Amino acid sequence: MKRNHAETVLTSIPYLIWMVVFTVIPLLLVTYFAFTDETGALTMANLSAVREYVAVIFRSIWLAFIATVLCLLIAYPLAYIISRAPQRRQRTYLLLVMLPMWINFLLRTYAWMTLLENTGIINRLLGIFGIGPLAMINTQGAVVLGMVYNYLPFMILPLYSVMTKIENGLIEAAQDLGAPRSTVFSSVVLPLSMPGVMTGITMVFVPAVSTFIISRMLGGGSNMMIGDLIELQFLGNAYNPNLGAAISLGLMILILFCMSMLNQLNEEDKEGMII
Amino acid sequence: MKKIFAAALAAALALLGSVSVLAFDHQAMFEGMDADYYTRFQGQDISINVYNWGEYISNGEDDSLDVNAAFEELTGIKVNYTFYATNEELYAKLRAGGSNYDVIIPSDYMIGRMVKEDMLEPLNKENIPNLQYIDPSLLGMPYDPDTAYSIPYTWGTVVLIYNTTLVSPDTDVETWDLLWNEDYKGNILMFNNPRDAYGIALKKLGFPLNPENQEQIDKATALLKEQKPLVQAYVMDEIFDKMAAGEAAVAPYYAGDALTMIDDNPDLAASFPREGTNIFVDGMCIPKGAKQKEAAEMYINFMCEPEVGAANCEYIGYSTPNTASLELLDAEITSNPTAYPSREVISNATYFSALSDDLNKALDAGWKELLADDESFTFWLVPALLLVAVIASVAVVVRKARKKKRESY
Amino acid sequence: MKKRSWVNTGYIGLVMAFLYAPIVVMAVFSFNESKSRALWTGFTLDWYKKLFTNEVILSSLGHTLLIAIISAVIATVIGTLAAIGINAMGRWMKSLVLNTTYMPIINPEIVTGVSLMLLFVFIRDRMGIPLEMGFLTLILAHITFSIPYVILNVIPKLRQMDKNIYDAALDLGCNPAMAFLKVVIPEIMPGVISGFLMAFTFSLDDFIISYFVSGPTFSTLPITIYAMTRKKVSPEINALSTIVFLVVLGVLTLSNYVEAKREAKTSY
Repeated sequence: MKRNHAETVLTSIPYLIWMVVFTVIPLLLVTYFAFTDETGALTMANLSAVREYVAVIFRSIWLAFIATVLCLLIAYPLAYIISRAPQRRQRTYLLLVMLPMWINFLLRTYAWMTLLENTGIINRLLGIFGIGPLAMINTQGAVVLGMVYNYLPFMILPLYSVMTKIENGLIEAAQDLGAPRSTVFSSVVLPLSMPGVMTGITMVFVPAVSTFIISRMLGGGSNMMIGDLIELQFLGNAYNPNLGAAISLGLMILILFCMSMLNQLNEEDKEGMII
Repeated sequence: MKKIFAAALAAALALLGSVSVLAFDHQAMFEGMDADYYTRFQGQDISINVYNWGEYISNGEDDSLDVNAAFEELTGIKVNYTFYATNEELYAKLRAGGSNYDVIIPSDYMIGRMVKEDMLEPLNKENIPNLQYIDPSLLGMPYDPDTAYSIPYTWGTVVLIYNTTLVSPDTDVETWDLLWNEDYKGNILMFNNPRDAYGIALKKLGFPLNPENQEQIDKATALLKEQKPLVQAYVMDEIFDKMAAGEAAVAPYYAGDALTMIDDNPDLAASFPREGTNIFVDGMCIPKGAKQKEAAEMYINFMCEPEVGAANCEYIGYSTPNTASLELLDAEITSNPTAYPSREVISNATYFSALSDDLNKALDAGWKELLADDESFTFWLVPALLLVAVIASVAVVVRKARKKKRESY
Repeated sequence: MKKRSWVNTGYIGLVMAFLYAPIVVMAVFSFNESKSRALWTGFTLDWYKKLFTNEVILSSLGHTLLIAIISAVIATVIGTLAAIGINAMGRWMKSLVLNTTYMPIINPEIVTGVSLMLLFVFIRDRMGIPLEMGFLTLILAHITFSIPYVILNVIPKLRQMDKNIYDAALDLGCNPAMAFLKVVIPEIMPGVISGFLMAFTFSLDDFIISYFVSGPTFSTLPITIYAMTRKKVSPEINALSTIVFLVVLGVLTLSNYVEAKREAKTSY
């Protein structure tokens, strides 16, 4: 006898109000600002101005894409290895992976700054071997490195959580049936790990494409990304909140588009769950 | 085990306890000041928000005077001190709203702009008696003709800083061309704010420091774009560490900071380019709607105390506008040609002036264009990528439909 | 078989080295006598001394903890109630609310930060309420981005829970509130706790959203650190990062140890 407790819905009312005030309305405000100019008149000028920054947008997408792929390549084997390790060790490995995540993200990026500088540690070590100082900082490579470093744990964790669910029995069964290593991988491990891959990609690509700290600290101000551009309009050297709102709107739409593409690839029917 | 722990704790406490007592004698300094005026707000638990440039106040390091601490001690007013990197950032923060500052210290042209846009409170000069000490030649300037909104904090020039060990001795260092010199590709730093960067480019082109029309701005933008591949980074205060460590060979920056850098790294030297440079005055102002106007005026007055001004400028290296402070400074400092340049250099230097709205917009647009510039990008990538996206979506949809068809058997 | 495990461990070691190299370097140079970040000149504890007497850093640390705790608690309360309500919704409504809830999670932080800043400025300018960027705006912002994570953690637990338990409690004479407290809450407690921890952690480390909604009177630690990196850098930052590392190491090791003990106890 399943009773319908319709009144339970009422407990969510405080949240619904909060959601409308602090999530929906601000986004509507962003849209409003994007379509008006400083006097409040409707205009498409901001959106067409975004066109001028296509180079920046593409650079952001490209660098974020490379960073995501690198994270995936590095994290996948690692997650697999950890998931097959003996139970006790797994916990230690996880701890070691999670630890850097808890250290403040600015400090971590700053740490790389000190390593990569022309007179930094790495160059000094190379200098001992007579290799000339490599210009590592303030390049696109440094920005990608910063992204990979900061977001790698976010790729490892979802992959790991999905791989622990792949029982050893499955793999052994496939091997018993005569499948070579590559087929075991492509037919058993890969498909089962897809949800984790999707989650990981989401958790790396979104912050990577919209970062402005990493590009500022490691990119030297000459590798501007979308995040820098937006920050510039609001709190930086060029005050234009309408343009900033337009770019933010564009960024949001871009992310939503990428997410929906990813969701299409992920065939499992989940109720909007991400983690 | 316990013994070791106790010993460690004792050692730690001893180390912490040995934090040095104030090396600067505040009490002696306070004696010359008007106690009635300054202690008016004692015990009222007031605090003011001071928004200043970074590295722009004496903060007690290296046995210098900690200005904010001294002010708090004397007046009982707490100082919330935060900083910005450029005038434009200050402007954006004030316009964006929501933050309440009591004292800000913009540069001349920004003061002019803020006055025009009604963003400043007129000062009550009766509350700032120390105004009498300020050099009259620095008052009544075009950006603030009646000295109604600002009191000069420091003045200075922009100089060219170079590392003598990284720059070959026969290079011409007295020209802005040095910043475009291919020999130092990747070792050049540049200003990360539009007015200073454009000022240099315009001077190199022989134009006035303050652009007069769109054409000059366009030519300067083109020149800056040429420079971009040679630039290591666009920086403001990050320059201190970079030049000190020898990360870069040449950079333009403000004279006071140049002196601080040279102090840290004796390999560095400064020069005045012959094309002419920028001379500036930074002034203390009170933004419109500040909550603690009187306390703010007290702070400004405190800054103009001869001893405070002298100690402050001695630490930050900038030139003092305060005639009484000037007398208190060492001859070694006042005879330094970088801090107190010759008449010849000053006559070749120009102040920034507030630009018209149109020119401001054009400058902003040019600056953004410069920062976003990417030579490795062609416009054809856009339709190409869109095409790929469309094909990908179609492929996914088709695959799904086929799968559904297969499963429906 | 042995060869493979050698390669495996080697790979793990390599990745760990990559993850920890900068942290270790920072720690080493926090004891360096000179301000140089690459040249070792001598051993000193000066920077640690300076760190402990640096008022700005200490006060922002306090602020950060305060905001994290308050916002996490409020977010957990609102979020748990919300999760219970959402779980009882009809399919269409549930889907709509859930998707809107996940917006702040998917949305880049900078967009969330900008939108909240615009909201607060709008409230101040157009509605005349004297709202200043500071403690209140920070708390509101942190609660806003924390609630979705709480909901995210509680809903699966609600789904796993056997719905009949609640009805059974009612049948046995409890009123709805008591039934709720005695039956539902214990079932979903793990989700509530992990939601709380998530909210707390994200609030501690948040930079981008705080950057847009903070003011001069109330600064959080990440914002202070950012300001420190923009000017002449002092190895105090190195000292700070080393201390943070040690604290986090301690906390995680402790929690790991506790959990290992618990697991050992429950597996006989």
